Amino acid sequence: MNQVPSSQSNDALSEQMQAWKEQLPRCADQVLGLAKQKSATSAELSIGASRGLSVNARMGEVETVEFNQDQSLSLTVYKGQRKGHVSVTDLTDKALEQAVEMALAFAEHTAEDPFAGLASAELMAKSWQDPELYYPKPFDVEQLVDLSLACESVGREDSRITNSDGAGFHASERTTLYANSHGFQGQLWGTNYSASCVLIAGEGDQMQRDYWYDSQRQWDLLSSPEAIGQKAAERTLMRMNPQKISTRKVPVLFAAEIASGLLGHLMGAISGGSLYRNASFLKDRLGKQLFPEFVSVFENPHLKAGVASAPFDQEGVATRDNIFVADGVLQQYMLGSYSARKLGLETTANAGGARNLRVSSTGESYEQMLQTLGTGLLVTELMGQGVNMVTGDYSRGAAGYWVENGVIQYPVHEITIAGNLQDMFKNILAIGSDVDTRGNTQTGSILIEEMSIAGA
Amino acid sequence: MIEQVSRELLLPGQVDINQLDHFLAEAMGPGIDFADLYFQQSMSESWVLEEGIVKDAGYSADRGVGVRSVSGEKTGFSYSGDISGLAISQAAEAARSIVRQGKSGKVEALRKVDFKPLYVPDNPILALSSEEKLAILQQADTIARETDSRVKEVTASLSANFEQVLVVASDGTLAADIRPLVRVNVSVIVEQNGRKERGAAGAGGRYSLKTLMDKSLAESAAKEAVRQALVNLEAVDAPAGNMPVVLGSGWPGVLLHEAVGHGLEGDFNRKGSSAFSGRIGEQVASSLCTIVDDGTIADRRGSLSVDDEGTPTQNTTLIENGRLVGYMQDKMNARLMNQSVTGNGRRESFAHLPMPRMTNTYMLPGEHNPEELIASVKKGIYAVNFGGGQVDITSGKFVFSASEAYLIEDGKVTAPIKGATLIGNGPETMQKVSMVGNDLRLDDGVGVCGKDGQSVPVGVGQPSLKIDELTVGGTGQ
Repeated sequence: MNQVPSSQSNDALSEQMQAWKEQLPRCADQVLGLAKQKSATSAELSIGASRGLSVNARMGEVETVEFNQDQSLSLTVYKGQRKGHVSVTDLTDKALEQAVEMALAFAEHTAEDPFAGLASAELMAKSWQDPELYYPKPFDVEQLVDLSLACESVGREDSRITNSDGAGFHASERTTLYANSHGFQGQLWGTNYSASCVLIAGEGDQMQRDYWYDSQRQWDLLSSPEAIGQKAAERTLMRMNPQKISTRKVPVLFAAEIASGLLGHLMGAISGGSLYRNASFLKDRLGKQLFPEFVSVFENPHLKAGVASAPFDQEGVATRDNIFVADGVLQQYMLGSYSARKLGLETTANAGGARNLRVSSTGESYEQMLQTLGTGLLVTELMGQGVNMVTGDYSRGAAGYWVENGVIQYPVHEITIAGNLQDMFKNILAIGSDVDTRGNTQTGSILIEEMSIAGA
Repeated sequence: MIEQVSRELLLPGQVDINQLDHFLAEAMGPGIDFADLYFQQSMSESWVLEEGIVKDAGYSADRGVGVRSVSGEKTGFSYSGDISGLAISQAAEAARSIVRQGKSGKVEALRKVDFKPLYVPDNPILALSSEEKLAILQQADTIARETDSRVKEVTASLSANFEQVLVVASDGTLAADIRPLVRVNVSVIVEQNGRKERGAAGAGGRYSLKTLMDKSLAESAAKEAVRQALVNLEAVDAPAGNMPVVLGSGWPGVLLHEAVGHGLEGDFNRKGSSAFSGRIGEQVASSLCTIVDDGTIADRRGSLSVDDEGTPTQNTTLIENGRLVGYMQDKMNARLMNQSVTGNGRRESFAHLPMPRMTNTYMLPGEHNPEELIASVKKGIYAVNFGGGQVDITSGKFVFSASEAYLIEDGKVTAPIKGATLIGNGPETMQKVSMVGNDLRLDDGVGVCGKDGQSVPVGVGQPSLKIDELTVGGTGQ
């Protein structure tokens, strides 16, 4: 059941990608064959291989040029219900044989776990559409150097930009293969291009730093170096002369680029691993109203050229459009086969997480969201890890802007915002249409009715 | 040690140690003034227990060589997972393409770097049998559950890493290091009347798993995790606002790591992007503060006999009686700033560029009994354990999140409070250190520091400290 899709045009592959396309499936067959021969009950593996070029320029000069090329194989074997795993970067015959033996040796020592094992054979993806993730372009050092220099130069045009942490362009291509002893094998390949610029305004103890970036599968869709440099400069200059506001309770608007973090906490709390470990503040909340009725949270793993599109999950299970939250009610957890068996449920094809996660919007533009906020805090940066997934308690460092009557008044810094995620979810007032499309989790800005600010 | 490491790293790919100057010459090329090769082999093993059984165990191995070519402030970098003559030459050609004009630098004759080994050069993984490793975790589980009936979940993990590195550089450096690193972590969830809380603790260092077993580190971690979780079961909402904060000794030294340490790394200061840039000689902390970065403490998690550029580590004074006296440097930034190297050139692996990083960063002890610090506070908080922290080195803003903290009322420690994030400005906060305890303690050996996407093991430490005013990010009054 070799399921490497033939619809993807092979002549478009780079020379190295072509080599990996031929070599990785052979390597997978060889390792699974060895595992079987050495009496593994079942086995599964993933192989990742990538190559890339990163260029960074700073203060008008190229600063670093980095070439990377990596490959690694992770193998899990089962002897009955016992499990062992290895991860290696050396894919020579001798190293692979040794890897299989070591994995099996570990499986002699781990305990019988009745829930261990592959996902069921009948759930394996059987055929799929090409997700169209691969848009090759020859790596060109000179071009990336010129673009990085141009980007930083635009960013530094304003004399109030006093320093720079550089601008960079990155190009990479990656292939991943998953295979298991059910006979499933699937390989995907994709490209990624990104650009970023980090600038500093002010001097001495008045320095502020901010940045902007873009990330795309297709080179042609990447923002221009000028646009990135300019946005980085605007954001940095806006932060100058910040104030510390006093301790109080206020409405808080999470800017789109950080609002995805809130969805991350939701997904962490409904993921099988935290649920069966009793480590989630959302345990036993299936079918309960977590959000206002206008909130839906769903994934579309089959988007063409999507950031995280894949026809099968990290266990080979066919992915599907999942709706996690509808009308504000938690519809289902996010499960792989192991946590599903632990919880007495079916896998939701989320081994490896959610893919192209989206949140419904209440339709307001960024400006309208500021109007809806009225008077309160717009948060554009969060710092630290103060989120307790067991209790939902949330307390993080923040920076942003004080807003009055929908108009930004001045930058705010050195404060914390705190609350409990269950209350924060329940008290969402609006979700903007100003969606940040750069990441796997895409949402507009999110307005929360009230949080505690600790400040001056 | 060089012989043993070369045998492991070079021999399989038929690379001769006497050829290395030839590969360095290839990485030099026109306009290149410095080059180095970093060979590394890393082997790790991990065992994980949850729900009373060891469910998973595994091994990972990685090896390769990184080639760096430097021209002034420019760096070209390439690496290969294949340690062979051909692969090194190809990587060298890519790395030196950063510049194409100018005088070719010279490769000095390679000389062995002298240093004192700070840890035993044995593979820590092999020091115990699989049965013994299982027993350590099982015992941690048993102890955690026996300590208190409210313990509902126990997760324990044991990991060991064995790393061998060989560095050669065009300045004549030839150094090898063999680095063991082990760690145990225990995390528990306790439940009482429907309320759940978590506690976590761990310990480790640069020694073998046998040492970890002999020191009973897993048992101590299990007891400590349960203690913390039970404290949190009683926690009330943390206050919000500015107030005096007393920090306990040991792991709360993460304050220094964030508020001061990162800002004193050479690269940020060369570029002028740190809140501490250009402030050598200035009073940047209260005169009670003397802060060092010390990579030379035997067996510590943050220690290195030589750094990843082959420079022996040292005990570097960063702040002396509040005055800024030194930065942490790697070779490139030391040269560009015309300062001495300090043995802080570190990298996550052969596939990453080295940069100035901390080792074990801590504050020297003061004169007060810790009780005096608490007695001096009318209303404030006493924070003794932290999750982690983060800093914006440019504005100096730092945060760190408490995982165990208490209210101080009228000079006495009272109710435990829920985890709150503390936020401040590094240079300002350090000026507000008004009392320093006599109880210096280093952390238990679990620290990981991230910078530019690279993770390295580090240590922190401090005596108890009183900070007159810091913003506490709670939800209460």
